[in-house]
Amino acid sequence: MAERINKQKTTSDRTDETVDEAAPAVSESGEKLKADLDDLLDEIDEVLETNAEDFVKSYVQKGGQ
Amino acid sequence: MAIHKVCGIETEYGIVVRGGDNNPVTASSLLINAYVNATSKKVGWDFEDETPANDARGFNLDAVFAPEIETTLVNAVLPNGARYYVDHAHPEISIPEVTTALEAVTWDRAADEIVRRSMRHADALFDDGTEVVVYKNNSDGKGNSYGCHENYLMAREVPFGRIASQITPHFVTRQVFTGAGKVGCEQPGREPGDVAYQLSQRADFFEEEIGLETTLKRPIVNTRDEPHCDPQKYRRLHVIAGDANMSELATYLKVGTTAIVLAMIEDDEMGDDLLLGNPVPAIRQVSHDPTLTRTVMLRDGRRATALEVQFGLLERAQKYAQTHGLDAVGAEVGADVMGRWEAVLAALESDPDSVADQVDWVAKRRLVEGFRERHDLPADSPKLKAIDLQYHDLRADRGLAGRVGLATMVEPAAVESAITEPPTTTRAYFRGRCLQKFPDDIVAANWDSMVFDVGRDPLRRVPMMEPLRGTAHHVAKLIDESTTAAELLDRLGA
Repeated sequence: MAERINKQKTTSDRTDETVDEAAPAVSESGEKLKADLDDLLDEIDEVLETNAEDFVKSYVQKGGQ
Repeated sequence: MAIHKVCGIETEYGIVVRGGDNNPVTASSLLINAYVNATSKKVGWDFEDETPANDARGFNLDAVFAPEIETTLVNAVLPNGARYYVDHAHPEISIPEVTTALEAVTWDRAADEIVRRSMRHADALFDDGTEVVVYKNNSDGKGNSYGCHENYLMAREVPFGRIASQITPHFVTRQVFTGAGKVGCEQPGREPGDVAYQLSQRADFFEEEIGLETTLKRPIVNTRDEPHCDPQKYRRLHVIAGDANMSELATYLKVGTTAIVLAMIEDDEMGDDLLLGNPVPAIRQVSHDPTLTRTVMLRDGRRATALEVQFGLLERAQKYAQTHGLDAVGAEVGADVMGRWEAVLAALESDPDSVADQVDWVAKRRLVEGFRERHDLPADSPKLKAIDLQYHDLRADRGLAGRVGLATMVEPAAVESAITEPPTTTRAYFRGRCLQKFPDDIVAANWDSMVFDVGRDPLRRVPMMEPLRGTAHHVAKLIDESTTAAELLDRLGA
């Protein structure tokens, strides 16, 4: 257990990051995501249900557990 | 010391038929049958041990529960040890019993992939383009909800009242990282537009603090007492206050943190100082506040944000890990969960958008907000609700969650394997391997037993009352070496 935590600290030290950023890969990809938003929205323009209003209206489920 | 937190996830999926008869019960049956017929011999579920009307508080409500006839429509046990069936009007997969959050994510991802393949097999049955589409969400946006339940093994001797009161703060506040996000509001008595965007699919539907119901007047803590194992030694906490997650990290944290908190409660290391004053209004308020800044009242009168309650739980868990270790949740996975738990809370506190690759509500909000700004849409535009629903669409060419860059934890090869292979660490191994090797000799199976017909004597039931027996360690060699089911049963002494 301690070993795993130490491993994370080692990674942080190497990349010169603080312990708060114990998952450095995640923060970096978070930054990248911001830049990618425009591309993503282009894609959503293409794949979003063409008649959103009908789609939303007709999505009716029976209650479950 | 806390017993091992053997756990599972039970997901009810939304289902729609496009271009054909949109009867959800028929569609769910068709979906499951299409998969089972295409992939394996169908082995039925055995209802011998089902007692959904048993209440953990010590009484039985059978008289008020109508028989659930529709649950017997389609009910299959898969070779990976999962149960795949029609529950109410939804297809549901209960993953096999697992021992860590990482295993839970692996078999949860496999469940989603099983549903994807089911859709393809179902669509192939139609020649007119009719399509069965499945959504991994928990609400239709019109006041109808269906669940993603979790279950955790607990020692029977732990007083249920302590479990119920001490786990509630976690259920109310874990939404900050487990919430799958929702456009609009479905809280009874409020208008859809009252809340533009909220953290959770499910929070609007909780009306009680504790109770047995799961389909109406839903309680934050469910008292269903179906241990599916030795009832003298164990209970199985049935959790209904959670969202189905598209993000693997979210599923991992949901199961991982909950297992740790439950281990602390079992060892009586939790304490009462984070108990909430009014959990039901609090679970909604937390969900309705994407700024994460509003406070809820604690029972002792202090006020705290959801994040502050979470940091309080984390701090306790860190102390607990020091004094007791985390063997009860798998030491290595437990330590990893602790690190990621701290990281996600810190990120949510400083810059929530930085976890758009691991928290579903943040990822979905980015899409909804970005789309709204780009097209200058009003908050009540149906296009925004369409994005919400389509985030959970399991079709690869339509689903939005698959496009937003969610981080993954499980290699594709491990998911592929988990579609057909059981976990090696629980009795699910015995169930799955027997189904693979002796499908023609198994009449029925359920969580805690299997019924064999080896062509002589009456049917033989093999009880599996210990979730941590029947693992690969215990029985792999035995199964490998047995050429027939009869031989296996003889060697087991069954």
